Amino acid sequence: MLSRTADHLYWMSRYIERAESLARLVDAHYQMSLLPHSGETLAQSLSSTMRALHMDEAYRKRHETIEPGAVFEFVSLNRDYSGSIFSCLRSARENARAVRGSLTSELWETLNATWLELRPLAARRSPAADIGSFVEWVKERSHLTRGVIVGTMMHDEAFHFTRIGTFLERADSTARILTAHQSDLVPGAAAGVVPDPFAWSVLLRALSAFEIYRRVYRDVITPSKVAQLLILRDDMPRSLLRCCKEVYQNLKSVTNEQSAETERRAGEMHAMLHFTRMEAITAGGLPRFLEEFLARVRDLGDRIASDFLLPPAEV
Amino acid sequence: MANQPYDEMYLGERAARSHYLRYAQWFRDQPQERLAQKRAEADALFHRVGITFAVYGQEEGAERLIPFDIVPRVLPREEWIRLEQGLKQRVRALNAFIHDIYHDQQILKAGVIPAEQILCNSQYRPEMQGVDVPGDIYAHIAGIDIVRDDAGEFRVLEDNLRVPSGVSYMLENRKMMMRLFPELFSGHRVAPVDHYPEVLLDNLRSVAPTGVADPTVVLLTAGAHNSAYFEHAFLAQQMGVELVEGQDLFVRDEAVFMRTTQGPQRIDVIYRRIDDDFMDPLVFRPDSMLGVPGLLTAYRAGHITIANAIGTGVADDKSIYPYVPEMIRFYLGQSPAIANVHTWLLRRKEDRDYVLAHLPELVVKEVHGAGGYGMLIGPAATLAEIELFRRQIIAAPDRYIAQPTLALSTCPTFVDQGLAPRHIDLRPFVLSGRDVTIVPGGLTRVALRDGSLVVNSSQGGGTKDTWVLET
Repeated sequence: MLSRTADHLYWMSRYIERAESLARLVDAHYQMSLLPHSGETLAQSLSSTMRALHMDEAYRKRHETIEPGAVFEFVSLNRDYSGSIFSCLRSARENARAVRGSLTSELWETLNATWLELRPLAARRSPAADIGSFVEWVKERSHLTRGVIVGTMMHDEAFHFTRIGTFLERADSTARILTAHQSDLVPGAAAGVVPDPFAWSVLLRALSAFEIYRRVYRDVITPSKVAQLLILRDDMPRSLLRCCKEVYQNLKSVTNEQSAETERRAGEMHAMLHFTRMEAITAGGLPRFLEEFLARVRDLGDRIASDFLLPPAEV
Repeated sequence: MANQPYDEMYLGERAARSHYLRYAQWFRDQPQERLAQKRAEADALFHRVGITFAVYGQEEGAERLIPFDIVPRVLPREEWIRLEQGLKQRVRALNAFIHDIYHDQQILKAGVIPAEQILCNSQYRPEMQGVDVPGDIYAHIAGIDIVRDDAGEFRVLEDNLRVPSGVSYMLENRKMMMRLFPELFSGHRVAPVDHYPEVLLDNLRSVAPTGVADPTVVLLTAGAHNSAYFEHAFLAQQMGVELVEGQDLFVRDEAVFMRTTQGPQRIDVIYRRIDDDFMDPLVFRPDSMLGVPGLLTAYRAGHITIANAIGTGVADDKSIYPYVPEMIRFYLGQSPAIANVHTWLLRRKEDRDYVLAHLPELVVKEVHGAGGYGMLIGPAATLAEIELFRRQIIAAPDRYIAQPTLALSTCPTFVDQGLAPRHIDLRPFVLSGRDVTIVPGGLTRVALRDGSLVVNSSQGGGTKDTWVLET
């Protein structure tokens, strides 16, 4: 397939996934803001999350203090900020439009309808009360899009690049959410201090992991189990291990003459997560682990681009 | 001045022509609200599917619909057969003309067309002189604009031999009509059109460079911001070929390749939807980012087919148009089956004197204009506009032609007040490859504003489904 087509498909699904991740984060914090006495934890969580997502600078250009309503509005609907949910959905649709002939009609119509519905939603300048239903809608559109991708696309190269985009973005997003909460995850916290239940619930809800945690551990929430679940569980759809496995497998299906090293690195990431234990990660320090992980995700993204998506000009 | 226009549906007060009888009967039985609701449904569907054109200079993602009218334009079988024959004849002659111009130039030697009018034309491409193209075909896809005058006669208004567009609307309009009013199609035998992409692909494959057994065809677009992008994507998808941009292609050893995820892949036929000027920055506009450097070298070496060929513009220029009937006589030895519209060439003194004295009743067009721009419609123009054109004509008479203001035929059209007559034209798409083929009908464009003669979508025109009846 055309490199440019692969590039647009890859970014289309990255942007959809990014919009969903942001919607989950907004949703989790929004739910928290409805609870009494959540003020300080909420502000702290918002501020560390914005830092981890590199959104704080752009936000502070527009607002002096972290105020939940303003943050939700900024992250969800700001048209001028390229990192907002609004902008992600617009970029997803633009990428789709650029290759609409390579999409199934169902997929194109789904993305186009998302955009057509988004514009009036955003124009209404939703008051904070609407934020909850807005992020619900974003999640539903993302679920729908992913379902249409899996259910209608031929499982060929185009499909694999779409999946690579989804899981590479998800790996990045999970790692950033963990980074925002890394102080709650150090084992020391379990020894003495009672972990803040609000912080846990934000973290777990943002990753659809709250109910799964209960089912898997049937136990009170402890930092090391949370970390275990979100980093090393193979059957947890948003865990780092799971994302790396999907990236690696899809990458193997599109292999070309120059991609051997990229596959090796993806395989190495997967193997490392597959065979390591939580103790080994915490021994080296969780923050360092996450930092390295994010650097590797970035490296993989760059390598995929130069191997497949934007091959250097022929001499 | 224009007489009473020909009405496509009605003979007189409420009496429908025979090929419209059944439709008119059906229409009378429809509650107005149902039709209005169907029209709204059509708009919603077109938006959802994204059958839109980009509006230049507006917010990203701001795309407009081309208004679709729910009343079809119906052509009886006998009329279509005559039209089809005339169109094939015309396109054969035009292809013979372009081949001649880029080879022996017999028509110039015979004095049928003044040589300077061809050789000094900005659309003449000296780079094409002596270049052989497969099957001697240049205009693989031709859009011939047909109008019907007040006497009910068809006339050719314009030939489009460069990158004619609109065929996707022909196909989508039919799909929409069948979805909205399936009952109409069980009551009428309407000739199908949906095989167009297949015929197009077959034609493109048939003109691949010699020796290529299984040619790879691509469609070259200027990109998602081009106003006709929907059509490009649509046709590529329907034909199952790659939709490429210039940046996806490169030339190595006089062969053209596309960049794929599995490395370079050789291509054989380019159905291009960008103008000559942008095709190869090494030969034409050096600032073009849309083309492929070196493409012309590969083309001249015969390693790639470009459809339509480079240099077809020399035959669809409005100053060449008056000579097409002569071409038909010269190359085919036949008399033209469809007449031209009378045309004054303003470079000729006697024509110019007449036109300048009659500007308020004539239509003046720029020779290279398209899309309804650069045009004066005398009867609808203000005095100031007429004076502006007068000065422009005197300053550069070569750039203009003039024609009588035609009373384009009208077709009843569904407007807010019910049915009202609106002026229409017809663009059939003539495909040349192994043979010359036309999918029955074409795109009917309709001027939606009351009294307007301008059917171009960029100027507030809409479209209709076009039916050719089989019985």
